Amino acid sequence: MKMEEELLAIIEKNSRIDLKELAVILGVAEIDVVNTLQKMEDEGIVCGYHTMINWEKTSIEKVTALIEVRVTPQRGQGFDNIAERIYNYPEVQSVYLISGGYDLLVTLEGKTLREVSSFVSDKLSTLDTVLSTATHFILKKYKDHGTILGLKSEDEREIVTP
Amino acid sequence: MRNPVSDTIVGIKPSGIRKFFDIVTEMNDKDVISLGVGEPDFETPWHIRDEGIYSLEKGKTHYTGNTGLVELRKEICNYLKRTQGIDYDPIHETIVTVGGSEAIDIGLRAMCNPGDEVIIPQPSYVSYEPCAVLAGAKPVIINLKEENEFRLTADELRAAITDKTKVLILPFPNNPTGAIMEQKDLEAIRDVIIENDIYVMSDEIYAELTYKEKHISIASLPGMKERTILINGFSKAYAMTGWRLGYACGPEVILKQMTKIHQYCIMCAPTTSQYAAVEALKNGDADVAEMRTAYNQRRRFLINAFREMNVKCFEPFGAFYIFPCIKEFGMTSDEFATRFLAEQKVAAVPGTAFGESGEGFLRISYAYSIDKLREAMKRFAQFVEKLRAEKTN
Repeated sequence: MKMEEELLAIIEKNSRIDLKELAVILGVAEIDVVNTLQKMEDEGIVCGYHTMINWEKTSIEKVTALIEVRVTPQRGQGFDNIAERIYNYPEVQSVYLISGGYDLLVTLEGKTLREVSSFVSDKLSTLDTVLSTATHFILKKYKDHGTILGLKSEDEREIVTP
Repeated sequence: MRNPVSDTIVGIKPSGIRKFFDIVTEMNDKDVISLGVGEPDFETPWHIRDEGIYSLEKGKTHYTGNTGLVELRKEICNYLKRTQGIDYDPIHETIVTVGGSEAIDIGLRAMCNPGDEVIIPQPSYVSYEPCAVLAGAKPVIINLKEENEFRLTADELRAAITDKTKVLILPFPNNPTGAIMEQKDLEAIRDVIIENDIYVMSDEIYAELTYKEKHISIASLPGMKERTILINGFSKAYAMTGWRLGYACGPEVILKQMTKIHQYCIMCAPTTSQYAAVEALKNGDADVAEMRTAYNQRRRFLINAFREMNVKCFEPFGAFYIFPCIKEFGMTSDEFATRFLAEQKVAAVPGTAFGESGEGFLRISYAYSIDKLREAMKRFAQFVEKLRAEKTN
């Protein structure tokens, strides 16, 4: 594996890793790691260092919805313009252009069910190019960003010899 | 009453690793970090497990043929062809066994006459010696040297050979030292082997875990296929220890006899595991590469940690063990490991568990997460500092 590739694989799972240690386990000089990271940040390859939170374990209420959106693409703009109108809302977590039965998949985070509903009915559905929406509320997250939530990692290896 | 047990078995020492683990179990302390385990910390990749489950759903719950599923044996031969360039016949030159361990046992039993000598380079896996004894053979030990990076040299081999020598066990990549044998090393011993007309049992269970060059099997060298039993398995490469599956490839004349022992003692290897193993060989290369990358990161981490502590340690290029030298502290391996466990709550296996030539060394396994290794190395550094302070006072 190339160093850059290996570095990305590591920081994708652990963005807080100590740079000196990162250099050691990659077998390169620390300055190379620093420069490579800087370059990848400048190029927009590394876009941020976020934290994975299991909100269900906190007392903070959150509702997440997946919304399928069918839209009319615009001449000369395709889907980009309408996607931009949607992703600019801060409560929107992600917007993907999708192949298949609908066009955009929007994930939305709100405090309550009502807040999400009113976003869909007041803001999303009223956009000119939006033909229809279908909202799915997430009941439970089992796995997110490659991480199994609520999984305790215990060493289950038993003592065996030789 | 008459003595109910066999003198031969009583004469076999219990495993030196066992003794140490028993202390850890007795301590029953959650703070203890064990660096002793010789099995991958990864779970078997899901697609491989899935094939095992699927085979059960389909009712594949019967015995397979004695030497294993033909499909699996074909995949094993494909694998050895593509990685080593060796052509084995899946029908006559391949047997699927219950782990590499069974292959070692039945291989030695199939080859040795009473009094034949089996050369065992040490430090090495603890089973070779007892298996040789159980086969009625006489183990002859070669004490490998750190100055040779624990590789076997032609001179060492030549000095160990007598007119009774039948088999050389070649345990590389090596547990516990992490040593490998490269092309030039293998070529050097090949001439001695052919000259003296001896056979080789090449235990290549760690073949996929090398961090320098790709592993080379001695069976791939000209003139060696016909005198080599190649042993490998699924435990280490695919993190499949619990599935108990290995294999041996070699000359039909030996395999035929191994099959006889296998069919009387075992019948066949576990069927579910064999179906899972087919999937491992067909679609598991990426998983192996991913695990190898992770092991290599940990290996570099440990080498650096010992370097920073100024503890002497040769760079291991295989398996998932590192073998630091603790001679400077003036203790035996056993004393060091015992005190290290008592005072710092870290369990590492004394090198002597793998033969006398392991004296002065510790086996540290890196089949552990970096977080665990970081904490263990912190404690190692504290211990080293303390011992050095004791020495100067």
